[in-house]
Amino acid sequence: MSVDILMPALSPTMEQGKLTKWLKKEGDSVRAGDVLAEIETDKATMEVEAVDEGTLAKIIVPEGTENVAVNSPIGVIIAEGESVNNVSVNAAALKAQMPGMPTAEAPPSLSTTSVVAPPEPVATDVATVKMTVREALRDAMAEEMRRDPSVFVMGEEVAEYQGAYKITQGLLEEFGEKRVVDTPITEHAFAGIGIGAAMAGLKPIVEFMTFNFAMQAIDQIINSAAKTHYMSGGQMECPIVFRGPNGAAARVAAQHSQDYAAWYSHVPGLKVVVPYSAADAKGLLKSAIRDPNPVIFLENEILYGHSFEVPEGDDVLVPIGVARIARPGKDVTLVSFGIGMTYTLQAADALAGEGIEAEVIDLRTIRPLDIETVLASVRKTGRCVTVEEGWPQSGVGSEISARLMERAFDYLDAPVLRITGRDVPMPYAANLEKLALPNVAEVVAAAKAVCYR
Amino acid sequence: MAATSGSQGNGSAAPEAASLTPISLPNAGLTQFTLDEELAAYREMLLIRRFEEKAGQMYGMGLIGGFCHLYIGQEAVIVGMTRAIKPGDQTITGYRDHAHMLACGIPPKAVMAELTGRAHGISKGKGGSMHMFSREHRFYGGHGIVGAQVPLGTGLAFANRYNGNGNISFTYFGDGAANQGQVYESFNMAELWKLPVVYVIENNRYAMGTSVKRASAMTDFSKRGLSFNIPGEQVDGMDVRAVAAAATQAAQWCRDGNGPIILEMLTYRYRGHSMSDPAKYRTKEEVQKMRTESDPIEQVRERLLNTHQASEASLKDIDAEVRALIGEAADFATHDSEPDPAELYTDVWK
Repeated sequence: MSVDILMPALSPTMEQGKLTKWLKKEGDSVRAGDVLAEIETDKATMEVEAVDEGTLAKIIVPEGTENVAVNSPIGVIIAEGESVNNVSVNAAALKAQMPGMPTAEAPPSLSTTSVVAPPEPVATDVATVKMTVREALRDAMAEEMRRDPSVFVMGEEVAEYQGAYKITQGLLEEFGEKRVVDTPITEHAFAGIGIGAAMAGLKPIVEFMTFNFAMQAIDQIINSAAKTHYMSGGQMECPIVFRGPNGAAARVAAQHSQDYAAWYSHVPGLKVVVPYSAADAKGLLKSAIRDPNPVIFLENEILYGHSFEVPEGDDVLVPIGVARIARPGKDVTLVSFGIGMTYTLQAADALAGEGIEAEVIDLRTIRPLDIETVLASVRKTGRCVTVEEGWPQSGVGSEISARLMERAFDYLDAPVLRITGRDVPMPYAANLEKLALPNVAEVVAAAKAVCYR
Repeated sequence: MAATSGSQGNGSAAPEAASLTPISLPNAGLTQFTLDEELAAYREMLLIRRFEEKAGQMYGMGLIGGFCHLYIGQEAVIVGMTRAIKPGDQTITGYRDHAHMLACGIPPKAVMAELTGRAHGISKGKGGSMHMFSREHRFYGGHGIVGAQVPLGTGLAFANRYNGNGNISFTYFGDGAANQGQVYESFNMAELWKLPVVYVIENNRYAMGTSVKRASAMTDFSKRGLSFNIPGEQVDGMDVRAVAAAATQAAQWCRDGNGPIILEMLTYRYRGHSMSDPAKYRTKEEVQKMRTESDPIEQVRERLLNTHQASEASLKDIDAEVRALIGEAADFATHDSEPDPAELYTDVWK
């Protein structure tokens, strides 16, 4: 009886990784718990242990192979005494290993094995380089730290661990422990310490391991950071960035899957930025660090590994408060931000196949909201669908819907529709989680509905 | 009496904390003030008291709105502490903040006009009694959420260490705030990173209407830093000389790079928690006893007259000068214009 050794996942969002090294060779006998191989992603490394005893009969994936899909067989163990020749490799599992092939478990609406997002328009005269959102965020911080000695980063595991999600990778080495500060697990006070340091003239980047944990610190963020400039009659400044992954990751359930875009966007005195592409992640984070106000910078764990073209150069900023037309169109306006853009751009592709030219707006900043760009588009198309992963009530879509009703009522040919996460805490079960999030099909259906198609 | 017995200090560890090997500092004791020092302390404490009395009156006349927390009885704490302040040091406190501002040198007019919500208040009328700041005087608020100033003050100290400027942060909070979780999160990081912060716990015996004994499992607040290895000292907060001596020693501790230190000031507020206080949680006799036996201003006045042979007339001159200053501030705050309606939308962002 042979047993497949499967490529393990290091995290709930990992889809593929590199098989770095085999520590056993074909024919070696192994015992449960023996380390067979090492794998790594851009985020972490891990040892693959044998779960059964026997002989390592076959190495399917040689060491050094990149982009090995999670759950695909990388080797086979047989029981002592069995013949190596009897080993048959599970064909379906091998198929799953092939790059670009969706696995059976993948949501039909999302190509989960593709980590390359749809291309975005980039000015042709600008030299670009392809990088992940993770790398773009890291570069933004490194460039700003080189530029301004008052910029420092603090948070849990940002230094020696290199970032829980590897966003601060290499910063400790370059800038030292004075400027890359590991904190204890103590969100409320390190947020407050960051704010105090900002009031004293420093420019802290406070990383929350995820924004779910920032709820421990929300009093400091709102009462101390957001309001002090106003309460002091403009005397006190608070140039601070609170950043970290926001929203649902994968299979981490209710307490770790929450979109705070609408929450923070409710608060005057805060700026709220939610980038989608790597270019925007980099340019907006640089703007956020230079901004004299408190900025909530909401990232997304699933997007961290996505690659995009990013303009070269260490002084390319994207202004806060300016939306981007990600795809021009004339028939319907689709408005989204952050990871919502993945559904929206795919829906726009699907709609084009049915003869509907959707204009896709990536808000990029939720506060201050660039409503003028949305208004101009809706005055042209007469139709609007909003897309977000957050909850429906008092969401970003609700706000846009209200503003369109106030300022573009006479231009609307159909009610504004909102596609949102479901109005429930995030469930754990895979099928329920999928049901709780928006999907491409419902964005397509909503766009067709407002076009009366 | 509790307020004065505190001056005996607590150089040794409590039995239950014996295994923690706390750092114990010698009690700072008393430093005798010179005549000039006594006169300065007398004038500053009197300025605070007259200011607060006037604020109380103006509240009663409807000129001051919202909450208004008076400092009467606690004057020796802030006046004694500021004896140790050096240029560049920061001060931050909670909502009972008028006195801290005056002691930092902020003009009474600007504070009083903020209480009345007028255009030339220190926060342009947008902050009110609990939310006042002065960059110029390095006063960082004025914070309305109990305990929130503790991480913020620790952050000021973080910036001092980052900049290597030799300055320290004086972070004030009450016995009520001392039970907030973020205080201990801050203690941990302050000691971990050896931040130059003096935590001044103003124990005025009541968190709103709840006495220390009814709210705190361990009522010796000077020991609240023990599990973080932060030294602490109990100080007679009614005697400005004891406060000044402790402040000087604590400030030196921080400036020498030893990290944070806690000073528990045993003090007492004569007035209610805020202007709307039912005064049902303590007896009139208790308040009266403190006023007659431990009043911080009377103590200095007696020393000035008896020890330093100052004349009644010279003290009356100070009284008159202070009264005039407060009268001028009240007059200004009463007649200054309200903020321009356009100010509603300014200062949300820089």
